[in-house]
Amino acid sequence: MRRIVTIKTRDLCKSAGNGGCGECQTSCQSACKTSCGIANQKCESTQNVKTRK
Amino acid sequence: MIHQYRLCGHNIVLDVCSGAVHAVDDVAYDMISMYESHPKDDIKASIKEKYPDVPDEELDECFEQIEALRESGKLFSPDIFESSAGLLKEKTAGVIKALCLHVAHTCNLNCSYCFASQGKYHGKRALMSYEVGKRALDFLVENSGTRKNLEVDFFGGEPLMNFDVVKRLVAYARSIEDSKNKKFRFTLTTNGMLIDDDVIDFANREMSNVVLSLDGRREVHDRFRVDYEGKGSWERIVPAFQKLVKARGGKNYYIRGTFTHANPDFLNDIKAMLDSGFSELSMEPVVCAHGDPSELTEQDLPVVLKQYEELADLMIERRKEGRPFTFYHYMIDLEGGPCIYKRISGCGSGSEYLAVTPTGDLYPCHQFVGEEKFRLGDIYEGITNHKEQKKFLDCNLYARSECRSCWARLYCSGGCAANAYHSTGSVSGVYKYGCELFKKRMECAIAVAVDEELDEAENEDSDI
Repeated sequence: MRRIVTIKTRDLCKSAGNGGCGECQTSCQSACKTSCGIANQKCESTQNVKTRK
Repeated sequence: MIHQYRLCGHNIVLDVCSGAVHAVDDVAYDMISMYESHPKDDIKASIKEKYPDVPDEELDECFEQIEALRESGKLFSPDIFESSAGLLKEKTAGVIKALCLHVAHTCNLNCSYCFASQGKYHGKRALMSYEVGKRALDFLVENSGTRKNLEVDFFGGEPLMNFDVVKRLVAYARSIEDSKNKKFRFTLTTNGMLIDDDVIDFANREMSNVVLSLDGRREVHDRFRVDYEGKGSWERIVPAFQKLVKARGGKNYYIRGTFTHANPDFLNDIKAMLDSGFSELSMEPVVCAHGDPSELTEQDLPVVLKQYEELADLMIERRKEGRPFTFYHYMIDLEGGPCIYKRISGCGSGSEYLAVTPTGDLYPCHQFVGEEKFRLGDIYEGITNHKEQKKFLDCNLYARSECRSCWARLYCSGGCAANAYHSTGSVSGVYKYGCELFKKRMECAIAVAVDEELDEAENEDSDI
């Protein structure tokens, strides 16, 4: 019986090898302007962006 | 390190350092919670006592699955990133890629809760000249290194009070994009009072994003967002925003609200935004001086946290009904989100992101404008206050000892330097109230994403 379903996520440890291009959006620029959250930002490196519907 | 919680009908286990997310049943949830602190036999005995109907072989199988996930680095993974904390900033030292252009230090509304003190930022009313704005854009290009994407936010006060300069600056930026090999992404943040067909046409042609300030319910919005005669602005701006959004044809926008002590039940405001036909929403806790009547209190905190949970339920419900909407803080791309360097580097204020005043002074971000000690330099001489800038360059996830044991640290990157400064007196402090809100938002965001992923997986299975 499958008791654990692992959701598809970006492996952060592996991203240490191919990340850091710096092209992504600055943290609160262009949206909330009053708090820092980086989880809702896109990676600008196309190889890492999943294709969604 | 792991973080476990139950929300939106799901048992969720987050492996903090790998970013792995697991949806588990009750047996696995309890087993994982004991895994690090108990031997296998004790775990099995305890689980068997709680779930007597589960056969032994299934318990063994579940335990093996947990072991396999640990071995593959998706459970209980260690934090191996500290030595990389300063790398991204070192690698990009001196590179600026985003400016907040304060084109108008004045406003046609008189909102008492405004962190920018009605647009004046504790100074004199002023408009940015075209020459200052043009020099700011040149400064950005000159300091952007090999970065292709440059972000410029027209901010205020109310930037449309200087619309002619905004238009001329965009035209100038477009004229140099090819020769400089840059791509400008513009954002306009407006209160809507001066939106007309010309603004709509321009914004929808040139702005990658527009941020439209609306606090939700009419009575909530008009409590603070009034003109200088005290008249509420809701009636005037909502039709203008509706017209702009309709004409925008799917391009990015946010209806951005602020909630305060007066409306901790802000979900009702989000529903009011939805009822007005908007679907891209952001609702921010007020940022104000300690002691201000609009400040969120400790008594508000449980109300607000509950609102976030109910908002997550509403998002799931509406997605299943085919009427989805976006909440800025619940946008999370588990598969394509930021790399680890971004997550540990801090927000970028004072390094890759600067605010420019109408006279061309540089500040670490818009929230520091007007606080003289944070003036970093100007667009003519560049950064000259290196001592103050260093505090921002040194800001990263590991600079705050409180963050080291927090499960949400790779989602907030150490938090907002301005919030930290205003609540603790130090840019490397921790704004604990904000942390509580942030952690709840992340739990909700991940739960909403998990729900969608599980639905998609179920649909794919049923398609086979």
